[in-house]
Amino acid sequence: MQRATMDLWVGLFVLAGIGALLILALKVGNLGTYSEEKSYTLVGNFENIGGLKIRAPVKSAGVVVGRVMDIQFSTKTFDAAVTMNIDNRYQFPKDTFASILTSGLLGEQYVGLAAGGDDGVLKSGDKIMKTNSALVLEDMIGQFLFDKASEDDGDDSSKF
Amino acid sequence: MTTKALVEIKDLNFSYDERAILKGINMTMPRGKVIAIMGGSGCGKTTLLRLIGGTVTPSSGYVKVDNQVVHKLGRNELFSLRRKMSMLFQFGALFTDLSVFDNVAFQMREHTDLPESVIRDLVYMKLHAVGLRGAHNLMPGELSGGMARRVALARSIALDPMLIMYDEPFAGLDPISLSVIGNLIRRLTEALGMTSVLVTHDVHESLKIVDYVYFISEGVIAAHGTPSEVRESVSPFVHQFVHSEVDGPVPFHYPAEKYATDLNLEKGLA
Amino acid sequence: MPRRIVIGIRGVGHRVIDSVWRLGYATRFFSLILLKSGTSISRFSLIIRELYFTGVLTMIIILVSGLFVGMVLGLQGYETLQKYGAETAVGTLVALSLVRELGPVVAALLFASRAGSAITAEIGLMKATEQLDAMGMMAVDPIARVVAPRFWAGVISMPLLAAMFSAMGIFGGYLVAVVLIGVDEGSFWSQMQSVVDFRFDIVNGIIKTCVFGVAITAIAVFEGYDAQPTAEGVSGATTRTVVTSALVILGLDFVLTSFMFRGVG
Repeated sequence: MQRATMDLWVGLFVLAGIGALLILALKVGNLGTYSEEKSYTLVGNFENIGGLKIRAPVKSAGVVVGRVMDIQFSTKTFDAAVTMNIDNRYQFPKDTFASILTSGLLGEQYVGLAAGGDDGVLKSGDKIMKTNSALVLEDMIGQFLFDKASEDDGDDSSKF
Repeated sequence: MTTKALVEIKDLNFSYDERAILKGINMTMPRGKVIAIMGGSGCGKTTLLRLIGGTVTPSSGYVKVDNQVVHKLGRNELFSLRRKMSMLFQFGALFTDLSVFDNVAFQMREHTDLPESVIRDLVYMKLHAVGLRGAHNLMPGELSGGMARRVALARSIALDPMLIMYDEPFAGLDPISLSVIGNLIRRLTEALGMTSVLVTHDVHESLKIVDYVYFISEGVIAAHGTPSEVRESVSPFVHQFVHSEVDGPVPFHYPAEKYATDLNLEKGLA
Repeated sequence: MPRRIVIGIRGVGHRVIDSVWRLGYATRFFSLILLKSGTSISRFSLIIRELYFTGVLTMIIILVSGLFVGMVLGLQGYETLQKYGAETAVGTLVALSLVRELGPVVAALLFASRAGSAITAEIGLMKATEQLDAMGMMAVDPIARVVAPRFWAGVISMPLLAAMFSAMGIFGGYLVAVVLIGVDEGSFWSQMQSVVDFRFDIVNGIIKTCVFGVAITAIAVFEGYDAQPTAEGVSGATTRTVVTSALVILGLDFVLTSFMFRGVG
């Protein structure tokens, strides 16, 4: 085997390998679409985060604007403090609503931001004041049964 | 003051796993001579070569090559001593992924800074000395046994060593190749002023070309002398060896029970 | 009976001590390889030659296997996801399975079987035909000249081959799901891209492959160098390379996975 041919094949091999790595990184993964560097931090306190996980997306109007970086239990307020990284391109007004929503019927949970009308914007480290907790299934069922019961009671109270 | 002997072995003992292989060996090998070490299979001849080359260390005693005690040398010194020594392995041990030319050029390329043009000439000269200059492009797999061994010989003389050791150089060769190799060993030793040490059990070929013989049996030197002394020796071991006798000090029968007992004749059991 | 048990236990103890001794010897050998890698770097052509025999010649089997694995994943994935109406997630399924687990592990197993056994056989054969001894007698260190280049070639090849495996696999999944079955192409890629995270999935996969590469090649060169210089010795060493590599790959995979993917979900 001639040296030159061998070198050529080895060169092709290495190129193919690096090419495969690049394909994986750019086309398959989300490297091309998401860069973490230019972002700022916002914090929100929720009574119940439900199934929210770290690295869950933060969306506004359905578009991903950031990621959940950290979830901690606060012993001061006895609720969950969620820290989010928001892309620098998107600024939100001070009266933004943060809710924990579910994508699809059984999908993963994410933080949805609904902008208010305030002129001032939230800066890095600011706290989102208005939050909506996640819907907990047991509470919903309990509420439903209670509503149903009081509906029935209202109709048939004369029976007793 | 350099002594006349290139290799000096004194009171050498070597054991492997508590089995004594060599006991109390004393040898001197003068410069410029061809010396043979003979003995039956497994008597420690190859171990002796390894001790000279420094691949194993003696349990006691020493081997001196060119006035240096081999097993006391540091790694770098051992390596520079090895560059002046060569070994011809039993089946050539040519590097199978390199051509004949590259095999012979190997040591030159590794240890010297000679330009390729000089190396080319040197390789051709060495190959010419063994008669295989035309085969320089072949791969080791394409060579016959005799040719492979000749190429290995050319490879061993690549850097003009002062000592060459041959491990069974005559093993498995046809009569013509036997003669060729024997001839080459003698001529190259004289032409290059080297010392050659042959480990072999081919009595016929080696007695034709050597200056001195050592016989090893069961780890000790059983006899030694010049070829003519050896041929006329009355020592039973040497006699059996030189005259290829079937039975003698080296017995025919492996130690066993009495024959009658094994055939169940003595105890009357059928 | 008790005597047999005693002999059995003694045998086991003997084996264990032997294995531990061998492990120590192997570790020392490994550190020697690292120490003597200077020659490999200064004479890079040695590594290039080994890269050809280790990497390039393994490429075909890697590419073909990757393609088939991806295609099967696509097929099986579609069958199951379809029942939940989630067939557009098949891209995610194929990509995550390959990048996180199947790519590194299967490529490593294939590499061990083809390249690892070849390395062991080659070095073992060189030992059996006294070529390594001859090199030593010529004052050329066989570890630096023969073993180290093969080691580095294996370490470099492994991640590249695993990446090729995964990439081919995803292509195979695409072929089956989008081209053959008709899943929506846009959803296929976009779902995949939104779920597969570079740092988390792909980089972890690459780390796994690098670890596997080091392990397999180290085992291969060691078994070759330590082989008995006979025909049975070399064949036994080759078998041991493949078997030990397989066990080590699967074991390391579990360890690495539990470290890397613990925090998910």
